[in-house]
Amino acid sequence: MELLTPGTGLILWQAIVFVLLFILLSRLAWKPILASLKERETSISDALNTAEKARQEIASLKSDNEKLLKEAREERDRMLKDARDAANRMKDQAAADAKKQGDKIIEDARIAINIEKQAALKEVHTQVALFSLEVAEKLMKKNLAGDKAQKDLVDGYIKELKLN
Amino acid sequence: MISRLVLIVLFVGFSQASFASEAADSSKAFNASEVILHHVLDDHIWHFFDGHYGTLYLPIIVYSSERGLESFSSHNFYDEHHNIVEYNGYKLDHNHIYLSDSGESVLDLSITKNVAMLFINATLMILILTAVARGYKRNVGKAPKGIQAFIEPIIVFVRDEVIKPNIGPKYEKFLPYLLTLFFFILFGNLLGLLPGAANLTGNIAVTMVLAVGTFIITNVSGNKAYWGHIFWTPGVPLPLRIVILPVEIIGIITKPISLMVRLFVAITAGHIVLLSLICLVFVFGSVYVGIGSTLIVLFINLIELLVAGIQAYVFTLFSSLYIGMAIAEHAHDDHH
Repeated sequence: MELLTPGTGLILWQAIVFVLLFILLSRLAWKPILASLKERETSISDALNTAEKARQEIASLKSDNEKLLKEAREERDRMLKDARDAANRMKDQAAADAKKQGDKIIEDARIAINIEKQAALKEVHTQVALFSLEVAEKLMKKNLAGDKAQKDLVDGYIKELKLN
Repeated sequence: MISRLVLIVLFVGFSQASFASEAADSSKAFNASEVILHHVLDDHIWHFFDGHYGTLYLPIIVYSSERGLESFSSHNFYDEHHNIVEYNGYKLDHNHIYLSDSGESVLDLSITKNVAMLFINATLMILILTAVARGYKRNVGKAPKGIQAFIEPIIVFVRDEVIKPNIGPKYEKFLPYLLTLFFFILFGNLLGLLPGAANLTGNIAVTMVLAVGTFIITNVSGNKAYWGHIFWTPGVPLPLRIVILPVEIIGIITKPISLMVRLFVAITAGHIVLLSLICLVFVFGSVYVGIGSTLIVLFINLIELLVAGIQAYVFTLFSSLYIGMAIAEHAHDDHH
């Protein structure tokens, strides 16, 4: 039965020692230990958060880079295309211009040739007319030497007129 | 395999022993229950082994209204043959001190075996835990080292697995008390397992003080919801509330009583089992029983190491639970 009856002295000593122990340990042990543990935990979680943030930043930087690269590539492609287009356009323009120029030259030449031709033809006509007149004059001179010849000629004209 | 071997050895030992005891009638009767109780109970002397230097005589401090406060060595109660004698008007009887004239008991504030053990326990706790605290100062922001690395997981475990989930967000205020409680019981349990050590945490006075500590903290920090729940249980029909009221009031008291009894019984029972097994050897006086019971004692000792941790855990767990229940901010209206 003595096992179950708490001794007064022990109760008092236990109470005193436990309260002292509680006060001492709170000051000397638990306060610094728990503070350090908490500090370490927050520093670890902070470090983890920072690492995570850095990782995200790197990822976003990478995606930014990729975006920039893509944009640059697109820009380059566009510029190349533009240049090609411009060159093509210029080439076409030049070709067209050249063609137009050529056509104009040809046209001018043709016109000049025509004018020359006309002039030449006119000259030829005139010359031919002159030659014809000369020839005719010579012939006339020779053939219309007699009356008969003159009469035949007139007849011939008359015939011709009739026929017309 | 080993356990079977142990059993065989034990049975052979028993049969041998029964013959032995019949053959030679022991001259001095061995009283096992007396030995066990003597080891489990508190005492005014600390007996380590037989012989002249085997006993530590602890100081006696007594107070009585007639004679006031007096202090002397417990050696005065024993003569050279280790018989109990009266000293200076005081009489020691079954570890209680009385005035020899009037036969009245005095207030015994002696440094008994358990009080000495209590001092050792407290000193060890302060030494070890301040060493741990110094470790944090020495290697700030570094991994724990030495004793710090050994104790830190226990502190973190108690904080994160025992206290935090049971008390809730306001757990930090109760950490110093609950950690002191946990380590006091753990150290007490482990020290109590040492040969020759006193059964500190298996003493009902010690567990009572610890339980009262939890009781006071629980009821002092109890909020409106806690008291409202006890005196006017919400969500229960009116006639039932009248019935529940005494039950709840008894509940306030039974919680610390269960704490007190659980620790006391678990530790004391463990010691009694160990001592009984050891006493078997002396009862039977046989080598075989000696081998068998030593093996079993070894095994039980390992279990006791486990129990030491478990009981510290359980006491802290239930203390946290009771405190947590007292400070919980729960909006209960209907269900219970």
